[in-house]
Amino acid sequence: MSETSKIEIRGLRKSFGSNEVLKNINLDVAKGGVVALIGPSGSGKSTLLRCVNLLVVPDGGSVRVGDTRFAFGDGSKLPDVKTLAKFRATTGMVFQHFNLFPHMTTLENVMEGPVTVRRMAKADAEKLARAQLAKVGLAEKADQYPATLSGGQKQRVAIARALAMEPDVMLFDEATSALDPELVGEVLNVIQQLASEGMTMVIVTHEIAFAREVADRLIFMRDGIVVEEGPARQVIDNPQETATRAFLSHFHRTGALPPSNAAP
Amino acid sequence: MYQWDFGILWSYRWLFLNGLGVTVGFTVVIVLLGLVFGLFGAFGSLSRLKPVRLLALTFIEAFRCTPILVQLIWFYYALPILAGVEMTPITASALALSLYGGSFYSEIIRGGIISIDKGQSEAGAALGMTPGQSMRRIVLPQAIKRMIPALMNQSIIQFKNTSLVSVLAVPDMVYQSQVAAHDSYRPLETYTAVAVAYAAILIPLTIIVRRGEKRLAVGE
Repeated sequence: MSETSKIEIRGLRKSFGSNEVLKNINLDVAKGGVVALIGPSGSGKSTLLRCVNLLVVPDGGSVRVGDTRFAFGDGSKLPDVKTLAKFRATTGMVFQHFNLFPHMTTLENVMEGPVTVRRMAKADAEKLARAQLAKVGLAEKADQYPATLSGGQKQRVAIARALAMEPDVMLFDEATSALDPELVGEVLNVIQQLASEGMTMVIVTHEIAFAREVADRLIFMRDGIVVEEGPARQVIDNPQETATRAFLSHFHRTGALPPSNAAP
Repeated sequence: MYQWDFGILWSYRWLFLNGLGVTVGFTVVIVLLGLVFGLFGAFGSLSRLKPVRLLALTFIEAFRCTPILVQLIWFYYALPILAGVEMTPITASALALSLYGGSFYSEIIRGGIISIDKGQSEAGAALGMTPGQSMRRIVLPQAIKRMIPALMNQSIIQFKNTSLVSVLAVPDMVYQSQVAAHDSYRPLETYTAVAVAYAAILIPLTIIVRRGEKRLAVGE
């Protein structure tokens, strides 16, 4: 699998002070694969996700996305800011709290990456941005500021902003955790659509039923280690480890996705 | 009972206007120069390099925690002895006031930058921006909005601080009014007029600042 894998993480370690949040993590994501990371808070799943695009710099181990590989720890030099920036431009990330730029319209938010990072001409970037907004069903909100949008709309704009960089990989960091329950569906629908288009994705989520539908692999983490890993349905329907079973007992594990017409 | 006679000031009008010109011109110079020092102080104190941080903090605290009157006298009388740099009263007072203002501007600018949610620069970084790009495109445009009221406030204080340069015989409005007071034996009228002149310039400015604050609050 390692020849075809899009993301390969080996022996990853990370500590914050004396708190070791990641202990020797290995992770492979196949091209076009969707991996869901689940686990209780403090398990290290968000830190692991942030190590994939090096928003958090690991203490040890290696991270490879596509053809770019970085090694960390003894003797290896930390990559410089330019190298890091170039690397991050190939992965899209969606945050729990959206982190839209409030001083820019929706359209400008989506254009920002292409214009500033990819040095695209304004007219081309606008065309691209409008197409991405249309894709998440928000073409008519192009000229509004983020403050006027609902949470679900904000998160769809954030997804469009990440997609405008035309990334190979999308990372979702609890993308629906800050949303009102009735707004979760419209965001999940967009993510599912991306999955069906073959986007490689790593999704940190508490939506177990969604993970079961969309992810092909599932990783359950606790206290900085991978406790259980396997095909999503298999792990959710039939967990082998006691910790996984205990965690999953808090959730409804099945159930249909919200109706697909939830996204206008 | 004291007999007020403001009519006497009319004959000193050119002296006052001259002084006013110096005061306003001086303010413009020390505000602009102070903002430059403030930018260096702010970015220095946010630097990833510890020596740079220490240097910036030393500058900020040295000028923030000593009285401006002492700094003025020290720059004019003590610096030439210590460093062998001879300075005109105008240069010495412009430098002292700019550095003094700069130390306060530093804190305002630094505060504005760190008040922006860390998620903003993270979102910039995740798009592939360098730290410089995310500072220019994402953080500063939002931070400047928050800084403006405090920067205006500090600049108003700077305008009033220029009155202290009279101790080094820089011919600002206060210095010229001293000349007029000695000449006319009418210090009460003279200083009342000076106070009115400062207020007449600053009150409209403060009203503008307050309006600006309200508008920014609505935009948030």
